[in-house]
Amino acid sequence: MTAGANLFEQQAKNRRLTVAWLVLFILFFAWLGFGGDLAIYLAAAARTEGQIPYRFPWIGFVVTTIAAVTAWVSWRKGPQQVLWSTGARELTTPQTFEEKQLVDVVEEMAVAAGLPKPRVYVIEDDDPNAFATGRDATTACIAVTTGLLKVVNREELQAVVAHEMGHVRNLDVRLMTLIAALVGVIVVLSNGMGRMLRGSGGLLGGRGRKASGPLLGAAAVVFVLWLITLILAPFISRIMAMAVSRDREYLADATGAELTRNPGALASALEKIETHEAPTTHIKEGAAHLCIADPLGRDVNLKEGRLADLLATHPPMAMRITRLKGMAFQQLKAAGKLPTA
Amino acid sequence: MGPILLLIIIVVIAVWVVSAYNGLISLKNQTVNAWKQIDVQLKRRHDLIPNLVNTVKGSMEFEKDTLQAVVDARSKAMASGGGGAAGVKETAAAEGALTGALAKLFVVMERYPDLKSSQNVRDLQEELSSTENKIAFARQLYNDVATSYNTKQQQFPTNLVAGLAKAEIAELWEIEDKAEREVPAVDLSLKKPQG
Repeated sequence: MTAGANLFEQQAKNRRLTVAWLVLFILFFAWLGFGGDLAIYLAAAARTEGQIPYRFPWIGFVVTTIAAVTAWVSWRKGPQQVLWSTGARELTTPQTFEEKQLVDVVEEMAVAAGLPKPRVYVIEDDDPNAFATGRDATTACIAVTTGLLKVVNREELQAVVAHEMGHVRNLDVRLMTLIAALVGVIVVLSNGMGRMLRGSGGLLGGRGRKASGPLLGAAAVVFVLWLITLILAPFISRIMAMAVSRDREYLADATGAELTRNPGALASALEKIETHEAPTTHIKEGAAHLCIADPLGRDVNLKEGRLADLLATHPPMAMRITRLKGMAFQQLKAAGKLPTA
Repeated sequence: MGPILLLIIIVVIAVWVVSAYNGLISLKNQTVNAWKQIDVQLKRRHDLIPNLVNTVKGSMEFEKDTLQAVVDARSKAMASGGGGAAGVKETAAAEGALTGALAKLFVVMERYPDLKSSQNVRDLQEELSSTENKIAFARQLYNDVATSYNTKQQQFPTNLVAGLAKAEIAELWEIEDKAEREVPAVDLSLKKPQG
């Protein structure tokens, strides 16, 4: 079964990526913390002309501690925070027919994926959209907007939920939660340290004897590199996070089609989401990369190309629809039910 | 050098046997579990049907045959169910007949506008068609898992440990009834009104 093999490959790839991101971030934090210490240390050594005084690397320890604690908290609380930021309410006892249908559809897709039923959330927002979040299948949450419930029929709703279930099954939700936590820490730390530097300037300043020599040069190089990382870190980490999320949309489309065996329904759901686009009132930037379609309506998501590759959180909608229609065509062909017209 | 090489070969083979054996057992349990998921949904459908029949009975005096067919198919399906993976074919046939009878009832119900507009009937119909979908998806999952289980135990070299793991070919739940294949078309009635 090729579909099954693809799934395991993807899960393995996501696990590898999760580890790679963790390692990268640990290295990055180490540099952010201990690199600062190194610069100060070298500067001090230059001042004392080779006599190296012992210095406790306090920047390193403070940064590492803050990073570890913040990352852990947002890893545990991230999914709830995302839901909270969109004003989503959990559907425990569905009231209307539409809500009942939504819960039914989520249950159906959980059965199809062989996973526990995720918690269902509704967002009061006219922009048709949906997203999934969580750390694994047991903590997964699927949220849809009221706008989506209004424009799609049952089949299309099923297709959208299947796409989100695909994110859950492929472990995309875990990777995205982790990345969001780590990127958040970087932004906070980078801002905080920038402010600290401005406040207590002159860490490297030459009080006392005039310093010179190769050690001071080294200190300056380390310090400049350190400063550049500090400034660029938030941008680079965001761009990396976007690339990760973009890759995953095509795959979730495919997994969704595999669950429903109905790629055409997802294609028409995406078309409806595209045409019924309304200004979003609830989905903020923090949740945008999780959504089935970019809620912020950024033009960059519509294009293929190098800039779009760098900045878009989603692949171009037209491309996704074309691929899904291709799948639907293959399915019809395989079943020998091609329309003759 | 000789004994060490021999030892390494023995260890490698032992590790492979253990992992192949465990892989087969894991797939076997997944197959059994997937079958149980179908069973859960089938039971749910059996429980829902009397409710539906009682609700529509009054308004559908003239469709006694259709209703009776559903009731009969239900009791037949209940009698054949719960046989475990051994009786797949039998259960599949009886449940397929029930699906067909229900689909017919839904079509007939379309002719009674007051029935369709009743909130109670609408809810029941949604619940039943959702259960139908769950049965179909549970069956899809079962067939997928059972297929990879079957493939694994037949493929070389895993087939060498298949006997050790007491692996047997799991029967797939095939749709034989042609009427049942066409059920999704009937579901069109359940689409939400547009606009």
